[in-house]
Amino acid sequence: MENQLYLSSSPHIHSGETTDKVMRLVIYALLPATLLSIYFFGLPALSVLLICTLGCPVFEALACKLRKQPLTLVDGSAALTGILLAMNLPPSCPWWIALFGAAVAILVGKQVYGGLGYNPFNPALVARVVLLISFPVQMTSWTAPAPLGSGIDAVTSATPLGEVKTAVMLTGKLPELATSGFGHYFTGDMAGCLGEVSAIALLLGGLFLLYKKVITWHIPVSFIGTVLAIGGIFWLVDPGRYPSPLFHLLTGGLLLGAFFMATDMVTSPVTYRGMLIFGCGCGLLTVLIRLFGGYPEGVSFAILLMNACTPLIDRYTRPKLYGQVESLKAEG
Amino acid sequence: MLAAVLSIGGIGLVAAAALGLAAKKFAVEVDPRELAILEALPGANCGACGYPGCAGYAKAVAEGTISPNLCTPGGADTVEAIAKIMGIEAITAEPQVAVVLCQGDNRKATQKYRYLGLTDCNAAQKIADGPKTCPGGCLGMGSCQRACPFGAIEMTPEGLAVISREKCTGCTKCVAVCPRQVIKMTPLEAVTHVLCNSHDKGAAVRKYCQVGCIACQICKKTAPEAYMIEDFLARVEYPQHAQAVAAVEKCPTKCIRDFSSGYPEGSSFAPPTVPVAKDNAA
Amino acid sequence: MNLKTFAGGLHPPDNKKWSADKPIELCPLPEELIIPAAQHIGAPAEICVAVGDTVKKGQMIAQAKGFVSVPIHASTSGEVIAIEPRLHPMGRPLPAVVIKPDGQDQWDDSLKPNDPEQLDSETLKSLIRDAGIVGMGGATFPTHVKLSPPEGKTIDTLILNGVECEPYLTADHRLMLEQSERLIDGIRILRKILGVKDTIIGIEANKPDAIEHLNKECAPHQIQIQPLKVQYPQGAEKQLIDACTSRQVPSGGLPMDCGVVVQNVGTCAAISDAVRLGRPLVERVATVTGPGIKEPKNLLVAVGTPLQHLVDQCGGLNGEPAKIIMGGPMMGQAQLSLEVPAIRGTSGLLIFREPDLQVRPAGPCIRCGRCVSVCPIHLQPTTIAAYARLDLIDEAEHYNALDCIECGCCTYICPAALPLVQSIRHAKGGIMAKRRKL
Repeated sequence: MENQLYLSSSPHIHSGETTDKVMRLVIYALLPATLLSIYFFGLPALSVLLICTLGCPVFEALACKLRKQPLTLVDGSAALTGILLAMNLPPSCPWWIALFGAAVAILVGKQVYGGLGYNPFNPALVARVVLLISFPVQMTSWTAPAPLGSGIDAVTSATPLGEVKTAVMLTGKLPELATSGFGHYFTGDMAGCLGEVSAIALLLGGLFLLYKKVITWHIPVSFIGTVLAIGGIFWLVDPGRYPSPLFHLLTGGLLLGAFFMATDMVTSPVTYRGMLIFGCGCGLLTVLIRLFGGYPEGVSFAILLMNACTPLIDRYTRPKLYGQVESLKAEG
Repeated sequence: MLAAVLSIGGIGLVAAAALGLAAKKFAVEVDPRELAILEALPGANCGACGYPGCAGYAKAVAEGTISPNLCTPGGADTVEAIAKIMGIEAITAEPQVAVVLCQGDNRKATQKYRYLGLTDCNAAQKIADGPKTCPGGCLGMGSCQRACPFGAIEMTPEGLAVISREKCTGCTKCVAVCPRQVIKMTPLEAVTHVLCNSHDKGAAVRKYCQVGCIACQICKKTAPEAYMIEDFLARVEYPQHAQAVAAVEKCPTKCIRDFSSGYPEGSSFAPPTVPVAKDNAA
Repeated sequence: MNLKTFAGGLHPPDNKKWSADKPIELCPLPEELIIPAAQHIGAPAEICVAVGDTVKKGQMIAQAKGFVSVPIHASTSGEVIAIEPRLHPMGRPLPAVVIKPDGQDQWDDSLKPNDPEQLDSETLKSLIRDAGIVGMGGATFPTHVKLSPPEGKTIDTLILNGVECEPYLTADHRLMLEQSERLIDGIRILRKILGVKDTIIGIEANKPDAIEHLNKECAPHQIQIQPLKVQYPQGAEKQLIDACTSRQVPSGGLPMDCGVVVQNVGTCAAISDAVRLGRPLVERVATVTGPGIKEPKNLLVAVGTPLQHLVDQCGGLNGEPAKIIMGGPMMGQAQLSLEVPAIRGTSGLLIFREPDLQVRPAGPCIRCGRCVSVCPIHLQPTTIAAYARLDLIDEAEHYNALDCIECGCCTYICPAALPLVQSIRHAKGGIMAKRRKL
């Protein structure tokens, strides 16, 4: 056929935005945190990252083949899920658990629902929670940071949140680390998951995403704001038993969760008002689980629970229609 | 231990009693015939009868307001069963299947433009009357396939809709959704069809399709009672379908197809077995 | 400048530099003019000439049918050489009168000039109707109908649409710069018909020369110039009214429901000619532009001129055309060929080549919410489109699919390249079909 004209419905120009560009920007935003995690935790961190980041696309390709659908690897979402999953794992995580996690994230968290855009839950968090409940020991064995080149061997340690939970359960009072030494939490010099540690790296990434308009301020601000507010109320009531808002902010997965996990577009509301409600809900649940729940960290569960509410939130936070007529008009 | 057994058992008994009471007190009166009819229906909820699902049709039939032979997917067996339940006479209509009257896939028919947009025949038709040059030909975007509740329609790799004569139940949903009206209901026994839907003159058809009907009249000359030519398009006269097969070989553009020898090129369906009609003389 | 705006929308590159400073040029007549009988919203006109007839410029060649309809006129003097279906911008052959110009370009002498001051509102409106005036922003709604609000609807504001928010188009811009007298005359006639005092011309801030020029020219006439923030679709009626008056057109309603009438500046100028000179609408300014055109220009085009002729006047094609668009790139209509004629609503001709287009298959919706944030009507395009794809028409209606103005912002911004406007149109079609059945 000679060069035929294209015909389509209007509009005939496009902004050039693509799904894979969006995914790539998020991957770039994660680079500071990723690199710092390798610095702090060394080879174990690198291997967990590689297994997840490479494993997820492999499982996605497998799923596409089984579903007889065209390969969707090009959009980069599988690799992104891999990185996010790795960020949610402890550096000492055995390779087979990481691999199993990659499989769960892609096959159960995403492909079973129909692939990108159809999953109701954040795939990386689905996998993390499955692993946490299936392998509680390995998933809660933490190592203190052993910066590359420092020659220190990995030493088991507890996360700051873990210490707080144990201390409060046993003594009813906060441990020493919950009231001082916040500098370490800011840079990342503490035990935790790959992505939990460095507040500064995560903040940088989050600001990058905001600047590039990949995410909007609504979810991070409402999530973090609610945690600070509610955490703050409890801290004011009893500072000896409840950690300060700053502690909440810098430890655990809050920053990773607020900027990278809760903002996952597929599983969060599409309206701005909905995003604010979503963020507040995540914040509230996070604080409640941290202070009163059985687990020291509540971000993953909070986000998953709010993911379940997303369709409902979307339905009830529809933006006010232009020209909204208050009284019912007779249908034409 | 005893306390636990008694308390749990007690709660269970109370709950069971409450449910039983509620079931009696809030029971809805249902005509038993309606339930029996619902059993007899195929349960596809396709809407061919014009009622909301099989339950809707069962209710209407039980009320006595409607004929029992509106369920085409159910076929003769269903009509007989319903008639028996209602105690009336069963009048079955002749079984029909849908046929896509076109063989012009992407290799055989030209496009007038390159279409970008929703893969939906109705959406494409709204843009300059569809990308296919032929005004009546199948657009191949699968709207009929999606509309079929019985999975009887496939799209060939070259973009042509083909309907399985064995799976088609005659519900007519595909006919309603096609923007080109290229799908027609035909008697199940008739295996020979003119697979073209263009009323353009022969010379024009030749320009945009290799397998279109050019109204050369050869089929009519070969089997005069079996064909009629109207508006530059030949059609099989279905009451005389048995004689139509003689013209298949003679058609110069090969647009007449005898389905007993197979489906159009590209289809994955195996040639249908001898038409499944109760009294087939052929 | 006190810039007003509306909520939503986006800012595509405006690409107006290619023709913004090109003065309007007269496009010479082609070998044959193809004048379709359907060039407006409403019933197509009925052809009332025969093959072989000689016609003069401005002579009626098709009669209006019903109230929501206008007559069609010959764009030049010549001979009717055919009356037959010809390829129409809508994409199929439709009845048209084909005229071979005789080169004289003589006006019909039955057309008489008038003094609008002496005429009453009804007479003015019938002059407008007889001249075939339709909305020249592209909508082609019969103007006399717009100027006849039913009993009970009072109009207190007249807004002139000089926004031209579509990228690439500069026809209205040049008109405001070069022919402001016709524009102002038209505005005064409109004011008389509607009996309003408040008159606002809305202009986007990317036309500072037009704003400055009109500020000077309009000062003695109590016409206010309202500069507007450059945001697409500021030129959409609803958004223009919102920005200029802070009123919102009620859902399912019309501008008259909030006391406003909006007219395109081109329509205004045409009204002036219709009343003062007695001349029907037979020519209009159109921007011929795009990367596929060698010399973009603003041409004064006779209605019925084939698009190929317009291209020839602009240095010809710049490479192999891949898409021909009549109108602007956001809401214009893609054409099957350049043999299609320019009609009363043709505000522009855009030619794109293959590398200029971004042909991508649509991916799954990633629920990013960008479409929701840019929609000027505050709809949820992704949700409506999802229902439309599943043919769940009632749910789509529940999400206000009918309120969509089809501006294209959602589709423009969608990272998954989903055909959102097309899906919403599909839903609208389904809803209207259902209503017709009931």
